[in-house]
Amino acid sequence: MSKVRLLVGTRKGAFVLTSDGKREHWEVNGPHFAGWEIYHLKGSPANPDRLYASQSSGWFGQVLQRSDDGGKTWEAMGNEFQYQGEAGTHKWYDGSPHPWAFARVWHLEPSLDDADEVYAGVEDAALFRSTDGGKAWQELPGLRTHPSGPSWAPGAGGLCLHTILLDRTNPDRIFTAISAAGAFRSDDKGETWKTINHGLHSEGIPDPNAEVGHCVHRLALHPSRPNVLFMQKHWDVMRTDDAGDSWHEISGNLPTDFGFTIDVHAHEPETVYVVPITSDSHHFVPDGKLRVYRSKTGGDEWEALTKGLPQKDCYVNVLRDAMAVDSLDSCGVYFGTSGGQVYASADAGDSWNAIVRDLPAVLSVEVQTLP
Amino acid sequence: MIRVVLPPNLRTLAGVGREVQVEVAEPVTQRGVLDALETAYPALLGTIRDRSSQRRRPLLRFFACEEDLSDEEPDTPLPEPVVAGKEPYLIVGAMSGG
Repeated sequence: MSKVRLLVGTRKGAFVLTSDGKREHWEVNGPHFAGWEIYHLKGSPANPDRLYASQSSGWFGQVLQRSDDGGKTWEAMGNEFQYQGEAGTHKWYDGSPHPWAFARVWHLEPSLDDADEVYAGVEDAALFRSTDGGKAWQELPGLRTHPSGPSWAPGAGGLCLHTILLDRTNPDRIFTAISAAGAFRSDDKGETWKTINHGLHSEGIPDPNAEVGHCVHRLALHPSRPNVLFMQKHWDVMRTDDAGDSWHEISGNLPTDFGFTIDVHAHEPETVYVVPITSDSHHFVPDGKLRVYRSKTGGDEWEALTKGLPQKDCYVNVLRDAMAVDSLDSCGVYFGTSGGQVYASADAGDSWNAIVRDLPAVLSVEVQTLP
Repeated sequence: MIRVVLPPNLRTLAGVGREVQVEVAEPVTQRGVLDALETAYPALLGTIRDRSSQRRRPLLRFFACEEDLSDEEPDTPLPEPVVAGKEPYLIVGAMSGG
């Protein structure tokens, strides 16, 4: 029978949750790296026992961990993230130029076919790659040195590159997203980049339709249809059908279109999940109700999924990297909250269970479907 | 041997107890101690000093013999009791963050 392994990053360590394919009973293992912030951990599609984890701390900086046994044991890898050439400046909150400075790794994206190759999205925003299993990291400077770079400004969480999407059908194509600059696409494996923000409209910036400056919170795609991207922007849920060349809004009947996370069903490319959050000044779910919204029509028409989720006195947030789907026949959907709960649905969102309730605040959730 | 006391999160990272011992050539300086520590425990690279600038991370302090050595020059010799192994060199996480 298949197994499922959840990789949960929290404010105070990492946890590995495992279950069989029924996804009814879960074993919780951790905390790994207790006391450290684990922004993200993710397994290699090429070798599921190869995991990478971003471990960081305001006191001790960045550590990059690797496991070769599915998270039982870990080894510290290289943590030298040097910008290539002149780092330059980006905009600071007050609009003044601010030197680019590495702070932490937000997101790790292992290659689809090489367990030793992995991308890292970092703050201040840049894309790095390792080809030796995380020992050494080289920047792909074409993104940071994009002509728009000096005008990028940090979101509330910093100037972070938080989303990296790889295209199974085109190994040269990479999508990234940066808060608060926008979305970018490379068609030459990260050497050069173009902005893909046409159609985004953000009231909080001087030119609401600017080429960059949009606070994109998350991108998601279905592997079989990589030209269709879904976006949770600061405000607005968006969709593109041409790999980002143009976007249109699909917020439809959502109770609020502010949010952080978004994901796509493993087998139904038109089924999309979001967790609406009240507003940018109220980072908790609306009306005290934790509701996942699902669209089976690729957007615009959304239904609230509430069975098994608290519908009273609930004021948690779900962050951008904290939702994932497994690839079992009945698609599993998982998300973690700022209150330390991890919820699982084994029936594509129709019903939910808290598989663990009292972890530290959850920063990221990834899932591996294992044979 | 120079005795070095690590803060809890770095003990976990290095897989060691509260105190470790490192051999450092004379004259024994903070730079020499930290170089030896990072050589013995490579997982600590970058967690005490910035990897490129070699500057102390802002929320760490270095104490010995009831003195704060954090802002001393890295090549200043350490106090004799530290060199003699009678007193430890302490790497301390600042009490910040609430």
